[in-house]
Amino acid sequence: MDVQGNVSLRGVAVGYGPIRVFDRLDLEIAQSEFLVLLGPSGCGKSTLLNAIAGLTEIDDGEIWIGDRNVTWHEPKDRGIAMVFQSYALYPRMNVRANLSFGLKVARTPRAEIERRVRTAAEMLQIADLLDRRPAELSGGQRQRVAIGRALVRDAGVFLFDEPLSNLDAQLRSELRVEIKRLHQRLGATMIYVTHDQIEALTLADRIAVMKDRTFQQIGAPQEIYLRPANRFVATFVGSPAMNFVPGRIELGTGGPVFRSASLRLELPTYPFVQAPVDAAPVELGIRPEHVIVAPDAADAHEVSVELSEPMGSDLLAWTRLGDLPLSIRLPAETRLTPGDRLRILLPERRLNLFNVANGARM
Amino acid sequence: MSASVRGPHGRRPWKLTPARLGLYGFLIICALFFLTPLYVMIVTSLKDMPEIREAHILGLPTAPSLAAWSKAWFAACTGLTCNGIRVGFVNSLRIMIPSVIVSIIVGAITGYALSFWRPRGAVLLFGVLIAVAFIPYQVFIYPLVRIFSYLGINNSIAGIVTIHTIFGLPTMTLIFRNHFAALPEELFKAARVDGAGFWRIFGVIMLPMALPIIVVAVILQVTGIWNDFIFGLVFAGRENLPMTVQLNNIVNSTQGEREYNVEMAATLLTAIVPLVVYFVSGRWFVRGIAAGAVKG
Repeated sequence: MDVQGNVSLRGVAVGYGPIRVFDRLDLEIAQSEFLVLLGPSGCGKSTLLNAIAGLTEIDDGEIWIGDRNVTWHEPKDRGIAMVFQSYALYPRMNVRANLSFGLKVARTPRAEIERRVRTAAEMLQIADLLDRRPAELSGGQRQRVAIGRALVRDAGVFLFDEPLSNLDAQLRSELRVEIKRLHQRLGATMIYVTHDQIEALTLADRIAVMKDRTFQQIGAPQEIYLRPANRFVATFVGSPAMNFVPGRIELGTGGPVFRSASLRLELPTYPFVQAPVDAAPVELGIRPEHVIVAPDAADAHEVSVELSEPMGSDLLAWTRLGDLPLSIRLPAETRLTPGDRLRILLPERRLNLFNVANGARM
Repeated sequence: MSASVRGPHGRRPWKLTPARLGLYGFLIICALFFLTPLYVMIVTSLKDMPEIREAHILGLPTAPSLAAWSKAWFAACTGLTCNGIRVGFVNSLRIMIPSVIVSIIVGAITGYALSFWRPRGAVLLFGVLIAVAFIPYQVFIYPLVRIFSYLGINNSIAGIVTIHTIFGLPTMTLIFRNHFAALPEELFKAARVDGAGFWRIFGVIMLPMALPIIVVAVILQVTGIWNDFIFGLVFAGRENLPMTVQLNNIVNSTQGEREYNVEMAATLLTAIVPLVVYFVSGRWFVRGIAAGAVKG
């Protein structure tokens, strides 16, 4: 089997009868890239993954894997392997049979099956589970087996459909690291669907944020996080969520200024994507960890602490700026009591301005 | 008594309230209602004719004998021949075994195809299949006789097996479709990614998971086909009349004296297969009734 792994979606459209799931999506995924499709449920990310796998027929466009147009190929002929949220292990077969089923279907020689199963089992530390039935495994072990079943296929492209969503938090982070390690080791292309922004940020080389069946932004995790293309991406990625302050832009002689009821910020160097219009209503966004506490700064703004949430590694302060809520991430050892007043700075290079009319980044 | 010995920490004392008395009374009456006919049949089949004529219908036999059973099995007259009901027993087996196997296979495949592969019009097809199950099947008999005689399979085992397969199809499809529809679809997708096709997914993955529902289907079909009278009478042909039809011939023959003991024995013999199925598979049978609740 060839192990080429660059995937190309060209104008892909999927619909069920008159209902359009999505229209004309284009996406290029490079060899060995780890791409995460991130979005809320119902955004079309799983449908897109199923279309790449060949489990959902597309109405229009082409899907290329490697240098082959696989639009009408059966799933097994696409050079892909897939891992599902519900593990989807064959319940009446033991682990060994689960791993080797696909190879048997493909009439792989017995010795080769044996070799690949052993390699995969060792890589995933499930070698001692080979004779068990799926019912006798824990959730984490089951998902390892499911990943193993994908591994033995020697595919160029791995598709993950929310593989960790059924696991508890501890196992999830364990397996997350494992998947990342696997990606580094195999160098295969991976396309990973999730609604968990932490998974997306930790795993991805590139994230494609989806909403309402379209891509909202495609970019590296840092870019998605620091320069979200619109208000939706800004709110969906990041926990706790970004702070928003509604206001307007004023174009004075001294450069653009953001002004709200309780805030006035000069923006001499803000990299506008759209040319600002005078008096245009905007929303200012800033992440909790980007707010700087500066007791002595002359131009600082004053906020009052409402409550604080110690998170272990750090502390989240819920404050009021005027009458607007503003969360601030602070070092864990900070001592705060409700009613305390903090003087803060909102550094210009960490600011995000969004057009109120359409939510787009300005 | 034990309650007072154990003191207040023991089990709550059992109180014989009027409500409880009524409940038990009702249960006992119900049991008698259903068991009395069976009791009468068994004791009558063990009596000889002079004793039956004394008309102590509930009395125990004075000299129990299996003579009537033997006659019913080997020598009772069904119409002109007097070879006993064993002929019908063999015929019923010859009808039932292939009918059960074929109807379950066809129903399982149809249910599987409808739940996973969803061919165009699958919902409509399934709807029609279930709707047709509500039409009294006597309506179909005449046209089917014409079709079968045109095809040349009227009055044959092949004909009656086809009939049972057709009329079992709605129920069989329904229970298999519902069973498969409850399985996670990702299992099917995983098998497709692994390269398995229609038959391999069915045979290697889905069918082994359908084992409980197959047991249910076997129970439903065995009892249903064994108890069938009219299809056997119309479609099986004179040589292959099933046990139920033979029993009717024995019981309803009008010449000579009515041998109640032989008739009772023949009836019990005919009922043995479903009875064994009921008793052996009680737990499964209840499930089967629930699964086939749309049409009993």
